[in-house]
Amino acid sequence: MARITLSSSLAPFTEGVLELELGVANVRQLFQTLGERYPDLQAQLEAGIAVAIDGEIYQDALLQPIARDSEVILIPKIAGG
Amino acid sequence: MSTMLKYQEKKLKIVGTRPLRPDGVDKVTGRARFGADYNLPGQLIGKVLRSPHAHARIKSIDTSAALALPGVKAVVTRDDFAEMPDEMAAVGELMINFRDVTRNMMAREKALYDGHPVAAVAATTEAVAKAALALIKVEYEVLPHVIDVVEAMQPGAPLLHEDQYTQGVKPKPERPSNVAKRLEFGHGDVAAGFKQAEVIVEREFNTKPVHQGYIEPQACLASYSADGQAELWTSTQGHFVFRAQCAKVLQMDISKIRVTPTEIGGGFGGKNNIYNEALAITLSRKAGHPVKMVMTREEVFRGTGPTPGANVKVKIGCTRDGKITAAQAELNFQAGAFPGSPVNQASMCAFTRYDLANVHVVGNDVTVNRPKVAAYRAPGAPIAVFGVESVIDEMAKKLGIDPIEFRLRNAAKEGTQTYYGPKLGPIGYIQTLEAARAHPHYSAPLGPNQGRGVATGFWFNIGNETTCSLNLQEDGTLTLMLGTIDVAGGSRASMAMMVAEELGIAFDRVRPVVGDTSSLGFNFLTAGSRSTFASGMASVIAARQVIEKLRQRVAQIREVPLEAVAWKDGQAQPVDSSVQQFSPMTLAEIARMAGKTGGTVAGHAEINAQGAGPGFGTHIVDVEVDKETGAVRILRYTAVQDVGKAIHPAYVEGQLQGGAAQGIGWALNEEYVYGEDGVLQNPGFLDYRIPVASDLPFIDTVIVEVPNPNHPYGVRGCGEVPIIAPMAAIANAIENAIGLRLCEQPFSPPRVLKAIDEAAAAKR
Repeated sequence: MARITLSSSLAPFTEGVLELELGVANVRQLFQTLGERYPDLQAQLEAGIAVAIDGEIYQDALLQPIARDSEVILIPKIAGG
Repeated sequence: MSTMLKYQEKKLKIVGTRPLRPDGVDKVTGRARFGADYNLPGQLIGKVLRSPHAHARIKSIDTSAALALPGVKAVVTRDDFAEMPDEMAAVGELMINFRDVTRNMMAREKALYDGHPVAAVAATTEAVAKAALALIKVEYEVLPHVIDVVEAMQPGAPLLHEDQYTQGVKPKPERPSNVAKRLEFGHGDVAAGFKQAEVIVEREFNTKPVHQGYIEPQACLASYSADGQAELWTSTQGHFVFRAQCAKVLQMDISKIRVTPTEIGGGFGGKNNIYNEALAITLSRKAGHPVKMVMTREEVFRGTGPTPGANVKVKIGCTRDGKITAAQAELNFQAGAFPGSPVNQASMCAFTRYDLANVHVVGNDVTVNRPKVAAYRAPGAPIAVFGVESVIDEMAKKLGIDPIEFRLRNAAKEGTQTYYGPKLGPIGYIQTLEAARAHPHYSAPLGPNQGRGVATGFWFNIGNETTCSLNLQEDGTLTLMLGTIDVAGGSRASMAMMVAEELGIAFDRVRPVVGDTSSLGFNFLTAGSRSTFASGMASVIAARQVIEKLRQRVAQIREVPLEAVAWKDGQAQPVDSSVQQFSPMTLAEIARMAGKTGGTVAGHAEINAQGAGPGFGTHIVDVEVDKETGAVRILRYTAVQDVGKAIHPAYVEGQLQGGAAQGIGWALNEEYVYGEDGVLQNPGFLDYRIPVASDLPFIDTVIVEVPNPNHPYGVRGCGEVPIIAPMAAIANAIENAIGLRLCEQPFSPPRVLKAIDEAAAAKR
């Protein structure tokens, strides 16, 4: 199971849950599972969430694999000037 | 899955040199064509009528008299644009609430700021267009307005959006609010951290909105044809994104809009979003003629987005030996008339330069009666860092520790757990601090009323969607078709250099051009310091594809196994003496035979670049304060930054110098000044003073190169970081010079003089 950590800015949308373990094979599955478990989070996931998988940040990478023992952190998507 | 090429250290011939830029001659001779230089036969001139009120209900708009004026060919108002649902929609990589976009480009129920468009006309001349604007009758019901972010957060403040409830708060608030969103970041136990602290510094800071200062106002030319297709020429940081935004608000197929980017006279984040473009296409459709729209400088100030002003509270606790035990901040950011300030990024950048166990940051995104804010280099970060680095400086002084040494004792490094999520990979923050400390500037003597300040900055950098094509031409030269705008930073040259390096040919054998939206697949904006990283990676992928195809072609022509063919020094040659030998073929020789041996050769890349490397910088500044006038003069400035790899060092230095210059203007002079009536009082460069060359010393630069492992040449991106530190560094230098901590930006002569006078009065 991958260890999933949500940025504290997402706590209001997950009933305060910020850490969980999920058996997901890629980012798309991760977002789908989280959206089903926490419907309030769905809009945030669609509005722009990046993931750090084992320390590497990915944006808009739904097919990026997540290994069984990966550490995954959800953070707000980064833009710029 | 992502396509990432890893860093490989190798001996370089082109990368790291300083060839002349391919767009240089055109720009210095005036031949380069910017937005306002484009014209079409039969074109009309479009102008916009703007609200004179900061907040007003629009009861009616009567355009009949304007339409009756000879020479007027079309008028558009809110009635010409479809209502869009209140939901976030994807535009390429961007998520945008198009309900807000339609209302920002043309007011609907209410005008929400001085300068908000309420109608637009297209006429045969600018004079006729202006006369027509004067004939449009708009009936307003003027409403109370709110400009200040702290006032806007108070219960009872005038509401911009009666249906806006603060997101990020549970349970959902019962009453609407100007606070569009509240967010929190952090880790550890801040309360416990402050209990461990032996020294605590707490300060409150306020900043004003500032403009990106791009010299070229927004300008576009639209031509809508009778078959429902549109062409658009515009000054933009992202022509694919502009196309997507126009298609969405005009409900057109994306493929029916072709956008050609003009040369751009600066953007810095201010040209990431459409303003006049959809209006020009609609006016062209209604008039049956091309329509050209060029903003005046006043329109740029009143109608486009600056970076936000903010209220910032920072508290830091520390042990006496200089170890930070807790850090806390509250960032209240003006979003302008619609939600969406960069408070997210600012919150994540505030403390990331430090390895901290206990951090808590709260951010509020607050709507006020000002233009909707836009990005500006490292959006939001300079504001947060002004507060944090000022408190860091004050803490170092209280503890009697050298400010660079204090930062080194707490510096983030590879493996540091950030408070917003991931651990940091290989970074060069410590190297920038050490390079700054070793620089002669840091130990140079200072005179009376002179002071030295230090501050540091961090930015994530990004990758995102990127495409390019590399075509071998018949004579062996190459054309590199890029989809990322060269925002004058020289990125075209940098991409061509990487291609030349890969192919082992001279730089001038590669001609880089930025294609229109019909020539390539989607490219994200040039923003977030991504172009040289992402477009560079795409260019390298395309070049390696070309090399592979060249090897295959030579193997066929020379009738040798593919494994026997190596690509070295710009030609195909035997791998070594152990393989079947053949006569080498140069690029030109292969190109000459290409048509008769299978056709031309090209490489393509379509990637979503991942793995951008964070950037860190350390700035040193010396100032002299005139105690009689309050004027602050910049005596010396040094910017040190880890850029991963400087592909073209002169352009990297230019980024560092430009960011520092903009930061100096932000610190010393720039601010939007509003009257009690909510009307902007200084919409021009006479009253809104950006620095000119004579205000600045030569800005020295030190390039640190800690390679990004996720780029073939180690590139990190360098355009955002250099604007982050200047405001804080200058505040720290002023404090060092006269012993006064300034917490209100800008540090203009009246404000500095006031601080001096107040300090003198307090001593009496």
